[in-house]
Amino acid sequence: MTIITPDTKPAAVPGSSRVLLAYLKRDKLALAAAIFLAIVVLAAILGPWLVGDVASRLGLRQRNLAPFSLESGWIYVLGADTLGRPILARLIVGAQNTLGIAAAAVFASMLVGGTLGLIAGYSERWYSHLILRLADIVMSFPSLLLALIVLYTLGPSITNLVIVLAVTRMPIYLRTARAEVLELRERMFVSAARAMGATPARIIIRHIAPLVLPTLVTISAIDFATVILSESALSFLGLGIQPPDFTWGAMVANGRGYLATAWWIAFWPGLAIMLTTLSLNILSNWARTVADPQQRWRLQKLRKAAR
Amino acid sequence: MIAYLGRRASHSILSVIGLLTLVFFLTRLTGDPSALYLPLDSTAEARADFARLNGLDQPIYWQFLEYLRDLLQLDFGQSLRQNRSAIEVALEAFPETLKLAVVAITLSTASAILVGSLAAARPGSVFDRIASLVSLAGASAPDFWVAIVGILVFAVGLELLPTSGTGGWAHWIMPTFVLMLRPFGLLVQVVRGTMLSALASPYIKTARAKGLSRQKIIFGHALRNSLLPVVTVAGDLATSLINGAVVVESIFGWPGIGKLMIDSIIQRDFAVVQSTILVTATAIFILNIAIDLLYAVLDPRIRY
Amino acid sequence: MSNASNPILKVAGLTVDFLSDVEPVRAVDDVSFHVSRGETLVILGESGSGKSVSTSTVMDLIDCPPGDIVAGSCFFDGVELSGLDAETRRSINGRRIAMIFQDPLAYLNPVYTVGRQIGEVYESHGAGSGKEARAKAIELLRRVGIPEPENRVDFYPHQFSGGQRQRVMIAMAIALKPDILIADEPTTALDVSVQAQILDLLRDLQRETGMALIMITHDLEVAASMADRIIVMNGGKVVETGIAEEVFSNPQHAYTRRLISALPHGDAAETPNRRSTKIAGETLLKVEHLTKDYVLASGAFAGKRTFKAVDDVSFEVRRGETLGIVGESGSGKSSVARMLLGLNEPSSGRAVFAGENIFEMNAKRLMAFRRKVQMVFQDPYGSMNPRMRVYSIISEPWVIHRDIVPKNKWKERVAELLELVGLLPEHADRYPHQFSGGQRQRIAIARALASEPELIICDEAVSALDVSIQAQVIDLLADLRTRLGLSYVFITHDLPIVRHFADRIMVMKNGKIVEQGQTSALFAAPRHEYTQSLLQAVPKPKWL
Repeated sequence: MTIITPDTKPAAVPGSSRVLLAYLKRDKLALAAAIFLAIVVLAAILGPWLVGDVASRLGLRQRNLAPFSLESGWIYVLGADTLGRPILARLIVGAQNTLGIAAAAVFASMLVGGTLGLIAGYSERWYSHLILRLADIVMSFPSLLLALIVLYTLGPSITNLVIVLAVTRMPIYLRTARAEVLELRERMFVSAARAMGATPARIIIRHIAPLVLPTLVTISAIDFATVILSESALSFLGLGIQPPDFTWGAMVANGRGYLATAWWIAFWPGLAIMLTTLSLNILSNWARTVADPQQRWRLQKLRKAAR
Repeated sequence: MIAYLGRRASHSILSVIGLLTLVFFLTRLTGDPSALYLPLDSTAEARADFARLNGLDQPIYWQFLEYLRDLLQLDFGQSLRQNRSAIEVALEAFPETLKLAVVAITLSTASAILVGSLAAARPGSVFDRIASLVSLAGASAPDFWVAIVGILVFAVGLELLPTSGTGGWAHWIMPTFVLMLRPFGLLVQVVRGTMLSALASPYIKTARAKGLSRQKIIFGHALRNSLLPVVTVAGDLATSLINGAVVVESIFGWPGIGKLMIDSIIQRDFAVVQSTILVTATAIFILNIAIDLLYAVLDPRIRY
Repeated sequence: MSNASNPILKVAGLTVDFLSDVEPVRAVDDVSFHVSRGETLVILGESGSGKSVSTSTVMDLIDCPPGDIVAGSCFFDGVELSGLDAETRRSINGRRIAMIFQDPLAYLNPVYTVGRQIGEVYESHGAGSGKEARAKAIELLRRVGIPEPENRVDFYPHQFSGGQRQRVMIAMAIALKPDILIADEPTTALDVSVQAQILDLLRDLQRETGMALIMITHDLEVAASMADRIIVMNGGKVVETGIAEEVFSNPQHAYTRRLISALPHGDAAETPNRRSTKIAGETLLKVEHLTKDYVLASGAFAGKRTFKAVDDVSFEVRRGETLGIVGESGSGKSSVARMLLGLNEPSSGRAVFAGENIFEMNAKRLMAFRRKVQMVFQDPYGSMNPRMRVYSIISEPWVIHRDIVPKNKWKERVAELLELVGLLPEHADRYPHQFSGGQRQRIAIARALASEPELIICDEAVSALDVSIQAQVIDLLADLRTRLGLSYVFITHDLPIVRHFADRIMVMKNGKIVEQGQTSALFAAPRHEYTQSLLQAVPKPKWL
C-alpha cells in the first residue's frame, strides 16, 4: 500500500489572526475604523467609572460653553450643555447605553432569528410555514410603528427597547439562515450524515449551524450599525431611553431645541453616532473583501518575481 | 402566472389580516381614548356616553368582531380626532408620502447605479475610493441628525431653504436629500459588489474572448446581470419609505402617512391607525408584485 | 499535414506568476509551443498543471495583478501580441483568435438570447448588425447542428442541453472564421456520446476553414483522437512534446509514461485485473421493481404529469461482489443510490437487504441497516463538512451508533483506518481542505469503513479525480474488498473505468435497465445498441 505524502506547503489560512492583522494594516481606512471602534468600546466599558461623576456634575459657569476652549479643563473641549455638563464626558458615558442596547438587541435577534431560520429551513412541517408568515408580517410592519406601539403600551424601558429592536431585526437573520440552510441541506456531507443515521437535531447543530453562523455574524456587524441608528431615532423621537439614562440619540434630541444658540449640544452626539456606524460599515466592507477569494488579493502585498 | 398571482394575493391577504389583528389589540393596549378626548373633569356618565358612542364599552373581542364585520362592508370607521371617515384621512396623507418616496428612490437608484458601476469598472481607483467612502457615510448617517444639521445650515444659517412644510420646489430639497442618503449609500455598495463579482464571472471571459469593447462588457454584460440584486434591495428600501419616513416627515412637517401614524397613535385615534396600515400594506403588496414581475423581465430563467 | 515551417502562433519562453501574500506562485514556467494553420495542437495536463494559463495569456484574459507575465513572447502571424495597443489587441480576439470553454452554461451570459450573443461578435468587429447579424447567427446555428435554428435563435442559454450549449459556443467562436480556435476542455462536462459528436464537429469545422486548433484537455483519449502534435504539461512546465502518435506509443518522460499506464481503457492484457476473487453465493441485496416518479406539474385542469426517474429496476448483489451501474446523466443511476441509502423514498418496489425490505423498516431496524450500508460520493470537496477535523469526520458514525467502538478506543481506531486507506495517523488533526482530491476520497472511504459496513455504494466516486489518482483509488477499493470482504455498488458514467473492477455491469438509460451481465461478456459482445454506442463513443486515436 502506498503512503500518500500530504501537501508539503501549508497554505496561508485566511482565518489565522496574524494574516488578518496584516490585511488590516494594508487597508488604512479599515485600520482607522478598527482603532476608532476599539476606543469607543473602551469608553463604553470604562467610561462610567472614569468620568461618570464629571458627566452628571452641573456647572453653572459652564452653561452652554462653546467648544474648543480649554479654559475649564480638557473635558470641556467639546463644549457643555444647557446645564453646564461637559459634552465629551457625556459622550463617553453615553457610549455604554448606546452600544450596550444595540449589542443586546443584535445578539437576541441573531440568536432567535437564526434558530427559527434553521428550523424553517430544515423542516417542511406546518410550523415552518407559520414561522415564515410571521416573518412576513414583521417585515411588512412599519418597524418604527411597531416600536411606537409597543413602547407606548409597555412603557419605554431599556428592556422593552431591546425587545422591540430585536423583533424588528429578526426577519433578516431568519431569512438569511433559512436561505443558507436550503442550500446546505442539499450538500453531500449532509446527505452523508443522513445516510449514516444522524438525527435531524444532530445534522442541524453539528453540520449546518456552524456553517450558517459566519454569515449571520457578518450580517450582525452591519446590523449593529442599523440598530444603533434605529435606537437613536427612537430616542430622538422621545420613545427610546428615558432620563436619567441617556444614549447619543437622546443627546441629539436634547440639543435640538438649542440648535440656533448652541449647535454643539446636538452636533457632537450625532457625529459620534455617524462615526461609529461608519466605522462598523467600513470594517464589514473590509471583512467582505477578505472573505471573497476573488477580491482578497487586493489586500495582499503582491511581491513580483525578480526578472 | 395567474396561479402565481393568486398565491401571492392569498399570502398577502393573510399577512394583512394578521397585521391588522396585531395592530388592533396592540393599539387598544395603549389606553382609553376618552381620557384624551373629554375634559379632565367630565363626569363618569359623559365618559360612558363617549364609550358607547364609539363602541368602546363592549368587550375587546366583540369590538374586534365588529371591526371585521365593518371591514367586509368597506366601512373603516370614523376618525375620533377629525370626525370623518378614517380611510379618507389615510388616503389623503398617503400620496404625500408616495410622492416623496418615488422621487427619493428613483433618484437614489439611478445615481447609485451610475456611481457604483463606474466604481466597479476601476476598483481601487481614486474614484472608487471616494465613492466607497461617500456611500458608506450615506448608509451610516443618522437621518434625524442630518436633517437638523441641514436645517441649521441651510434654513437658519444661510436662509436658502424653508425649514419645513410643503409648498414650492424648495420645500422638496432637504426632505428628498435626507431620504436619499441611506438608499443611495446602500445601493452603491450593492451595485459595486455585484458588479465586481459579475466582472469576475465566466461569461465576462467569453465576452473578452469575443473582442467586445470595455463599455459593452461593463454596461452591456456585467451591469445587466447585476440588476437583479439591485432591484431586490431597492424594493426593500422602497417598502420602508412607503411605510412612512416617520423621522423625516416629522422633522420637516411633511403631512405624510408616517406623521399621520405617529399622531394617531399618540391621540389614540385607532380607526386611523388601522386605515393607514391597510393602505400601506396594500401599496407594499402591489410593489412586491411589481418587483416580482420586474425579476421575470430582467432574468429569463425566472418564470412564474 | 503539419506545416511547422510557418506557424501562425508561436509562444516562446512564457513564464507567468500568480501573485499573493507569500512568494509568487509560478503557474507556467518557460513554456514554448507553436501551431500552424490546419494543425491541431493538444496541451495535455492534469488539474493545476498550468495548461489553461498559457492560452489565457495568449487571449489576454489574465488579470494583472494577480497574474504577472514574467517573461516570454507570443508571436501571432508575425506580430508580438504584448506590444499591441488595447484597441488592436481587442480586434484580434474573436476575429482572428477565438476561444471556447469547458462549462458553456457559465460561459454564456444567462440574460441574453443566443442569437444576440452570436450577433455581438459581428457587431463588435464591424461585420454586420441587426437583421444581417441575426441571419448570419441562424446560419451558424444550422451549421453547428442546432435543430430549428430560426426558432432557437431567440432562446436563452438555459433552454438548451449541455451539448447544444457547447455547439452554440462553437458557433460564436467560428463566426468570423478565425485563424486559431482555442478549445479549453470543451467536452469535459459532457456525456461520452455527446462528447464524440462535439469532437466530430470540431474536426469537420477545422477541415472546412483550415483553422489551427489548440485543444486543452486532461483526457488522454480525447487528446489521442484529436492531436497532430501534443505537449504534455506538469507543474507548469512542458515535460514532453512531439508528434502525437510518437508520444503515445513511446513516451519519453516518466510523468507521461505514468499517465498513459494509468489509462483504464487500455486492453485487458495490459491492465491488472482488479475483479473479485471470492464471491460467496449468498445474496446480500435484492432489488425488485424499484420505481421513482417525480411529479412535474399538477393542476386542476392539466392533471398530473409525472417523470419516471427510475423505472422498474431489479437487480441483486451477492456478498463479496462488485456491481457496476453505468449510465449517462439523467439515466436514474444516482436516484437508485439515493433510495438504497434511504435518502429518497421510492414510489414503489422493494429492496431486500439481508432478508429484510429496507423500505418497510422501523426506526430501530433502519439504524442497524445504516451501519451496514455506507457510501462514497462523487465530490470529495462537498462530501465532508469543511468545519470538522478528519478525526471528527471519521468518528462521527460512532457517535451515532454508540456500540461500534468504545470511546476510549476512538483515537486508536481512527489511526488504524487512516493507515488502512493509505494516509498517516497524524492526518486526523487536519481539516478536509488541507488535502488533495484523491486524499479526500481516501478520507471518505475511511469514514465509510468506520461503521464496519458490508456494502459500500460508490456514486461516481472517482469521476472528479485525475486519471492517475482514479487508478490509485480503484486499487484501494479493490484491496479493501479482498481484505474486508466488502461488496460494492459502483455507479459511474464511465463504462471503461469499471471494466477491470466490476464483476457484473448493469447499463441504465432513461431510468430503465437496458443491459445487465458479466463484465467480460458485456465488453466482448454488447447486446444492446446503447451499450454498443457507449463503447464506440470512447474516442479512438487519430492515427488508427
